[in-house]
Amino acid sequence: MAIFVNGVIFDGVDTSAQDCWKLEAYVARGGYQALRRIIESKMPQEDVIAEVKNSGLRGRGGAGFPTGLKWSFMPRSFPGDKYVVCNTDEGEPGTFKDRDILRFNPHALIEGMIIAGYAMGTKAGYNYIHGEIFEEYELFEAALDEARQAGFLGKNILGSDFSFDLFAHHGYGAYICGEETALLESLEGKKGQPRFKPPFPASFGLYGKPTTINNTESFASVPFIIRDGAQKFLEAGKPNNGGTKLFSVSGHVNRPGNYEIPLGTPFSVLLEMAGGMRDGKKLKAVIPGGSSAPVLPGDVMMQCTMDYDSISKAGSMLGSGAVIVMNEDVCMVKALERLAYFYHEESCGQCTPCREGTGWLYKVIHRIANGEGRPGDLELLDSVGNNMAGRTICALADAAVFPVRSFTKHFRNEFEYLIEHKKPLVDHKWC
Amino acid sequence: MLSAQSLAAIDREVAKYPADQARSAVMGALRIALVERRETGKTPEERCLNTEVIEFVANYLNIAPVAAYEVATFYNMYDMKPVGKYKITVCTNLPCALSGGVNAAEYISKKLGIAIGETSADGKYTLLEGECMGACGDAPVLLVNNHKMCSFMTPEAIDKKLAELN
Repeated sequence: MAIFVNGVIFDGVDTSAQDCWKLEAYVARGGYQALRRIIESKMPQEDVIAEVKNSGLRGRGGAGFPTGLKWSFMPRSFPGDKYVVCNTDEGEPGTFKDRDILRFNPHALIEGMIIAGYAMGTKAGYNYIHGEIFEEYELFEAALDEARQAGFLGKNILGSDFSFDLFAHHGYGAYICGEETALLESLEGKKGQPRFKPPFPASFGLYGKPTTINNTESFASVPFIIRDGAQKFLEAGKPNNGGTKLFSVSGHVNRPGNYEIPLGTPFSVLLEMAGGMRDGKKLKAVIPGGSSAPVLPGDVMMQCTMDYDSISKAGSMLGSGAVIVMNEDVCMVKALERLAYFYHEESCGQCTPCREGTGWLYKVIHRIANGEGRPGDLELLDSVGNNMAGRTICALADAAVFPVRSFTKHFRNEFEYLIEHKKPLVDHKWC
Repeated sequence: MLSAQSLAAIDREVAKYPADQARSAVMGALRIALVERRETGKTPEERCLNTEVIEFVANYLNIAPVAAYEVATFYNMYDMKPVGKYKITVCTNLPCALSGGVNAAEYISKKLGIAIGETSADGKYTLLEGECMGACGDAPVLLVNNHKMCSFMTPEAIDKKLAELN
C-alpha cells in the first residue's frame, strides 16, 4: 500500500494507475518543466546549486547532509570526466521508499539527475539499484529509454549544447553497497568494500573521477525545487528541515506503507495515518529511522515530531525515514537478535572489529535470547560495542552497535530478566 | 558456453560503461549467465554458477578470472551452490517478521517438507531466508528465483503461488 499526503515527489501521482510511471503521465503532471526552463534560460550552474541549497533539502539516504552543499563540492570546471550517481541500493531494514519512487514516478528521479548533471557539469550518471528489486530495475530502464527518445537524455538535450546520459546498474545482494564508496567499488565491478575517506568522492569517486552520490528521494525532490522554487519546498517542511519526506511505516500498524508528509509532522499523526496500532495493541517501541537508528520507547516517540532535529534530540536519528513500529507482544531481546544477525550477515569482512565484532554481538544476544545468557553478558556487549564503533572504515560497525546500545538501555529489564530467569519476561509473538 | 542471446545481453551491459571499464559489466554479466543456467539446467548442479562459467564470463570481458570469481562469491544472490528449479527466498528480517515474515517461512517449510536452507529431493524447490528486500510495507514478501517479488504472502497467497509453480 502506498499513501501519499501533501507530496512533493508524489504530488498528483495516481499510484493505482498502471501507467503512472510513464513519461506521458509525468509530463502531464508538470514533469520536465524544470529541466526545460533551466536549458531554455541557460540558467547558470551556480544558480541551480544555490536554489537547491536554499531549499534546505537534506540528503534523504540517512545522513541528512545538505544536498546543495554537497553539489557545491564538485569541481565544476574540472575538464575530465565527472559523474553523478544515485543510490537506490535500499536495503536498510524498514526502508522501502525508493522502490516506490522507481515504480510510480521514475521520471522525477531521471529529471533530478539530469538537472544535477547540468549543475555539476557532468556528462554521465548511474543509478545503482538494489538487487532484490529486479522488476523495478527493468521498469527504470524502460523509463530511461522513454527519456532518451523524447530528447531529455543523450546528446544535445532539447537542442542545447548540454549532453548527458544515464544508465541503470543492478546490484545483486549486498547491504554494504548502500555505503557510498562501497557502491562505487561495486559500480566498478568489484567487491563492495568501502574505501577509506578522504579522499572523498567529490575529488576521487567513480573510476577515480569527481563524483557526487545522492539518494533517490533527494534527486527526485529536485524537479519540484527548481519548478516551484526553493521557498515553496522549504515552507513545506520546517526551518533547517526543508520539504516533505517519505516515511516508510512498517510493523504493527494497520496500514504499513509510504507516507509523504511535511517534515515536522507529529509522530502521533503519522501513526494515525498508518491506521493506528494493529489489533488495538499498545505501542511499545519505535525505531524511527531504519534498523541502524537507536530504538525509542513508544511514549518518547509519541512526544516527537518527524524531523531531523526532533528525533535527534530524543536520542535517535531520522535516518532514511523508516519507521518500525512494535507492540507490547515483542520481546526486545528477540527483536535485537534478528537485527544483530543481519549486521553479522552483511558485514563485508574488510575491517576486523566489524567482521569479528558483529559475530560476537550476535552470538551473545543469541544465547541470551535462548535462555543461555551469563552474568556479565550485558557488560560484554558494551565492551564489544566499544571496540567496534568508530574503529572501522565505514559506519556499518556503528550501525550494528547503535541498536545494541539502545535496546539494552531502554529495555534493560528484559535482558536482565532473561539472563537471570532463563525465560523471557514477555511472551513473545512476532505478529 | 552461453547463448547468443545471453552474449547480446552482456554486450548491452558493457555498453553502459566507458570503453575501458568493461569490468563494471561483470555483475550484470554474471546475472545473465546465472539466468541462462537456471533456465536451461536440468539438475540443481547445472542451475548454479561454477568456475567454468565464471571464467568464461571473465574471459569474455577480458578481466582476470579471480576478479569475476570474487564478485560471484561476494554478492549473495549469485547461486554458487546447487539450487532447486524454484529458489524461494523469504525475508525474515525484523520489519517483515512483525508482519508475518517468519510465519511465512515456517509455513512454506512445512508445506514443502524442507528446512530453511534445503533443496527438495526432487530438485524442485530451494527454501532460503533472506535479508531486507526493501519492500517491508508489502510483508510478508518473498522472491522466486531472485527476480520475481511476491507481496503480501499470507498462507492463502503462498498456497496459490506454490500451486502455480507446480
